[in-house]
Amino acid sequence: MQIDLFSIAQQMRGHIVQMLAAAGSGHPGGSLSATDILADLYFKQMRIDPGNPNWEDRDRLVLAKGHAAPALYAALALRGFFPVEDLVTVRTIGSYLQGHPCMGTTPGVDMSTGSLGQGLSVANGMALAGRLDGRDYYVYCLMGDGEIEEGQVWEAAMSAAHYKLDHVIAFVDHNGLQIDGPNSKVMTVMPIAQKFEAFGWDVVTIDGHDFAQIDDAIDRAKRTEGKPTVIVCETIKGKGVSFMENVVDWHGVAPTSEQAEAALAEIRAC
Amino acid sequence: MNSATREAYGAALKELGRTNPDVVALDADLAGSTKSAMFGNEYPDRFFDMGIAEADMIGTAAGLAACGKKPFASSFSVFVTGRAFEQIRNSVCNAGLNVKVVGSHAGPSCGEDGSSHQAVEDIAIMRSLPNMTVVVPADDVEAYSATLALAQHEGPAYLRVARLASPTIHKEGHVFELGKGEVLREGDDVTIVACGMMVPRALQAADELCAEGISTQVVNMATIKPIDGDLLVECARHTGKVITIEEGTIVGGLGTAVAEVLSERCPVPVRRIGMPDVFGTSGPGDALLDHFGLNAEHIVEVAHELV
Repeated sequence: MQIDLFSIAQQMRGHIVQMLAAAGSGHPGGSLSATDILADLYFKQMRIDPGNPNWEDRDRLVLAKGHAAPALYAALALRGFFPVEDLVTVRTIGSYLQGHPCMGTTPGVDMSTGSLGQGLSVANGMALAGRLDGRDYYVYCLMGDGEIEEGQVWEAAMSAAHYKLDHVIAFVDHNGLQIDGPNSKVMTVMPIAQKFEAFGWDVVTIDGHDFAQIDDAIDRAKRTEGKPTVIVCETIKGKGVSFMENVVDWHGVAPTSEQAEAALAEIRAC
Repeated sequence: MNSATREAYGAALKELGRTNPDVVALDADLAGSTKSAMFGNEYPDRFFDMGIAEADMIGTAAGLAACGKKPFASSFSVFVTGRAFEQIRNSVCNAGLNVKVVGSHAGPSCGEDGSSHQAVEDIAIMRSLPNMTVVVPADDVEAYSATLALAQHEGPAYLRVARLASPTIHKEGHVFELGKGEVLREGDDVTIVACGMMVPRALQAADELCAEGISTQVVNMATIKPIDGDLLVECARHTGKVITIEEGTIVGGLGTAVAEVLSERCPVPVRRIGMPDVFGTSGPGDALLDHFGLNAEHIVEVAHELV
């Protein structure tokens, strides 16, 4: 069956905009930059069963950049983990969709995240458990580029290579922007690929909005033995909504209802 | 018998390795000191030295727990609870994951290494976290049993163990009960609530006070969270005066926990003995305990003021 990942990603983008407008707060820029990666994972690559979210042999995803929760929630709802209609309850009292992912309450969320820099260590632990149990699942970890300023990421990069965790597949969503401005002004993160290479990782750099490249990179990562793989994804913050693209102010501000309408019209026209 | 609680922790962990295939252990380059190496030497496939990286260790433990393992992650208490505090908060407690954090070399009895290595704040900060259980065993027998009990307990927990050998007060085979205080000695005039290495000192103080005619009750409060409030209220009603003693700061630790319960449910005079909002210093561990008044003599002095 041919899956139209572009169409799914556009549906996700529509839900992201609607969720954030309904909530009146949240993070559109980094949700939209990570959308295509998550669409590929949840609709093509990951071995998952929406009817059995705690399936022991499932592939796992740790959304280390937890502020992209709307993109994860959109993927999970469209994939059938919970009703699409519930998405707009995000960030409200009584909703099972917190502002950042919470594993205890949301079906399909494999790890609670939100505090940047912690996810890769957790992904490593999941991969170690899989190895101990003789299970062949993969653990994906999606990090932001600003996030890799956290020292713990490099502790985890060291231990993933030390323990030869070839079932850890990490992504860096390299959209170049963080809350206070461009990475290059706030804190230089480049060169990302060479840093991971030096830590003993297999590194692939791709266009994070090109599904063929995302797929190829994941397939290569799955074939790689004896070391973890990081896929450095060159992305556009706010991808898919022209007035949000590459604008740092859209990191953590929700669209007004008028802005949301304009964004949805654009997304639907694609 | 009469060994350090960290030795008992290592022995119990090794026993868990034999009986429970889901138990795994992690350390941050201090396995020889925390005694997690006793497990690691026997079960190398289930032991992960994470290097000098406590934050990564706790995150890795969280990932292992998320996949059904029962990880025990140990280091010196100051590093594992301090350096990795926010990882314990978010990746363990907020996520509700079954990670046992074990802090060794706690308090001034850590000794010559000095204040940088002597956690005084660990009980207070671990106690402040929702979902967290906090256990400070009194001796080797209790530490062994508590380690086994924590493996049965679902959810995050902090176990504090000590570097120094100390007297065994429990009989061999004593079974630790999570969440239950233990009346070690009955008395009518004053209650001493103690934890960890302070428990034998509390018993010594009770001997001295009883010799003077002050009937002294002694409670071992090994589980500091959830604290046995019913027992505290019962004791406070009976004696009307409470002294707490712990090998850590009086700001937020056992004494605070006791005062919280009693101020709401049975207000009686409470005196807290512990590190009085100060860091430790270098010296032999036993001598440092005396230096900071963490001894029977000080308890007796405070009891005289109170009774």
